Amino acid sequence: MASVRTLLEKPWIWSFVGALVVWLATIAFTGGYGAGGMVTAALSLAVFTVIVGVGQMFVITLGPGNVDLSLPANIGLASAVAMKVMGGSDSMIVVGLLAALACGAAIGAINYFLIWALRIPPIIATLSASFIIQSVDISFGRGLQIKPPPGFADFTNWQFLGIPVLAMLTVVFTIGAALALQRMIYGRSVLAIGQNIRAAWLAGVDVGRIRFLTYTLCGALGGIDGALLAGYFRGANVDIGNEYLLASIAVVVIGGTSVAGGKANVPGVWGAGLFLVLLLTMLNTFGVSAGVRLVLTGLIIVGVITAAGGEKAVR
Amino acid sequence: MRPEMTAITPGTAPRSSPRGNAARARMLRSLLPALSLALVLIAIAWLNPRAISYFGFNLMLNLAIPIALATIAQMFVIAGNELDLSIGTFVGFVGCVTATWLRDAPLIGVLVLLGSIGVYALLGALIHLRNLPSIVVTLGMSFVWQGLAILVLPKPGGKAPDWLLSIMSFKPPYIPFPILAALLIAVVVHFGLMRTSYGVILRGSGGNAAALRRAGWSLLRAKIALFALTGLFGVLSGMALIGITTSADANIGNGYTLLSIAGVILGGGEFVGGRVSPIGAVLGALTLALAASPLLTFMHIPPDWQVAANGAILIIVLAARVLISRRER
Repeated sequence: MASVRTLLEKPWIWSFVGALVVWLATIAFTGGYGAGGMVTAALSLAVFTVIVGVGQMFVITLGPGNVDLSLPANIGLASAVAMKVMGGSDSMIVVGLLAALACGAAIGAINYFLIWALRIPPIIATLSASFIIQSVDISFGRGLQIKPPPGFADFTNWQFLGIPVLAMLTVVFTIGAALALQRMIYGRSVLAIGQNIRAAWLAGVDVGRIRFLTYTLCGALGGIDGALLAGYFRGANVDIGNEYLLASIAVVVIGGTSVAGGKANVPGVWGAGLFLVLLLTMLNTFGVSAGVRLVLTGLIIVGVITAAGGEKAVR
Repeated sequence: MRPEMTAITPGTAPRSSPRGNAARARMLRSLLPALSLALVLIAIAWLNPRAISYFGFNLMLNLAIPIALATIAQMFVIAGNELDLSIGTFVGFVGCVTATWLRDAPLIGVLVLLGSIGVYALLGALIHLRNLPSIVVTLGMSFVWQGLAILVLPKPGGKAPDWLLSIMSFKPPYIPFPILAALLIAVVVHFGLMRTSYGVILRGSGGNAAALRRAGWSLLRAKIALFALTGLFGVLSGMALIGITTSADANIGNGYTLLSIAGVILGGGEFVGGRVSPIGAVLGALTLALAASPLLTFMHIPPDWQVAANGAILIIVLAARVLISRRER
C-alpha cells in the first residue's frame, strides 16, 4: 500500500494515468480492435514530441519567462538542412544528422546571444529569431531535394517486437536527460537557477554559461527532431514543426514540470506525450469533426492544468 | 556579470544615478516607439513619395485598425504580467461569428460575442484562483477558439453586416480613417488605463501585486477586469477585421497572436511589472503594419524575406532600447 501511495505522490503519474484512460476508452469503443497497433503508433509519434519536450523542459526550468518559441522554425530549417546534406544517399545519413544537430545548436546559441546581448525576455528574443529562421528556411528550402535517403526513412520506422526502435532510443535518451538533471552539476545548476537566479549566482553557479548551454541544448534537440521528422514523414517542409510549439510546452506542463521554474520532471514528458497522441487517436476513432476535436483538445489541456493546479505562491 | 532578474520582484531597488539624466533617458525611451514609426515612414517616403498621401495611407494602413485593437487587447493581459497566446484564434473566431450570426441573427450574434467576453473574464478568474500559468491556459484556449471558429464557419465565406462595412469604409476629410481610428483608440485607452484611478489599480496588479493586496484591493477583480478588457478588444479587432475583408475564414486571425505581442513590446511595454503604454502599443502596431508589407515591397525585398525583416526590425528596436536603458542606469 505504501508503495502505491508514494507512486501516487509522483507528479508524473497523472499524465500516464491520463494516457491509460484515453487508451482504454478508445479500445472500449473499437471493441479491443487495434489495441496493440495503437500503442505502437502512439510510441512512434510521441517520440518527436518527447525530444523537443525535454529541450523545452530544461529551458522552462530556468525560471519564469524562459521559453523557446523558435522550435517550430528550428525544426523546419533543420529538416531541410538534414535532407540537403544527406542528398538522398544512405552513406551521408550520419553527416546529415550531425548537420541538423549543428544547425539546431547554432540557432539555440543565437537565441541566447539575443537574450544576453539585448537583455530582452526570452519569449521575444526567440520569437524574433524564429521570424528570421523561417525566412531562411523558406528561401533555402525552395527547389530542394527533400526526400530522405531510403535507409534513413526505414530507420525511423524500424520496429522490434512491435516497439519502434526510435522510441527505445528515445527512452535511453530521456533516462540520460533525467540523470543529467538530477545527478550532474549541469542539471542541478539549471534547477538552482530556476528556483532563485540570484541565490544561484551568489552560490557560485555560472548563470550565463548554464543558460547558454540550456538554450543551445534545446536548439540542438529541435535540430535532431527536425531530421527525424523528415525521415519519418518522408520529406522536409517548412511547416513540419508547426504543431511542436504548442505540443512542446503542453507536454512539459502536463508532465508535472513547474512553469515557474526550478522543478522539472522527465518521466512526465513521456506520459504527457503519449497522452496527447492517444487523445488525438481517440478523437479520430470516435469520428468527431476537426472543429470538435480542436475544442476538446483545448478543453482537456485547460482541464488538466486546472486539476493539476499551480503551486501556492511562495510569498 | 550580474544576472538579470527574470522573476517578479516587488519593489526594485532605486537607481543610484543622477535624477535628470535618468529622466532624460526615460523620455528618450518613451519616444522610441514614435521614433521607430517615423523612421519607417521616412523610409517609405524616400522610396516612394507618392505613398505619403491620403489615398496611400488608406491603402497601406488598411489592416492597421484590427492589428492595433488586437495589440491593445494583448497589452491589457501583459499589464497584469500574463500573456494571451489565444488572441489570434480568438480574433478569427469573432470574425467567423461576425460574418455569419451577427449578420443573419444579430441578437444571437451579440449574445455570443458578449458570452465570449464573459469566457475571457472567467479565464482571468480561473488563472488567478488556481494560480495557473496563463501561457498554458491560453494555449489550450487557442485550440478551443480555433475549433469553434471551424464549427461556426467550416468553409471560408460569410459576409460582414452592412453597417459594419459602412463604418469601416468611412472616408473622413483630410485625415485617412485608419490614422483617425488609431488616434481614437490610443487616446481612449490611454485615458482609461493611465489617467483613471482604477487604471492604476489594474497596472498595479502587474507592478506590485503584494502591495495592492495589502492595501485592500481585490486582485481577483483586477485580473477579471484585465481579461474581460482583452476579450472586449479582441471582439472589436475581429469585427474591424471582417469589416475590412468583408468575409471570414477560420484561420484569418492566426498571425495576430505574435503580431500583438510584438506590437506591445515595440511600443515600450514590458512582460513584467505592469509597464505598458497604450499610445506606444498603437504606434507599435502601426509600425508593424507599415513594416510588414508596404515598406518591404517598396524596398523590393522578396516575399521570402519579409518575415525575416519583421524579426530584424524587432531586434533593431530592442537593441536601440538597450542602448538607451544603459544610459538610464
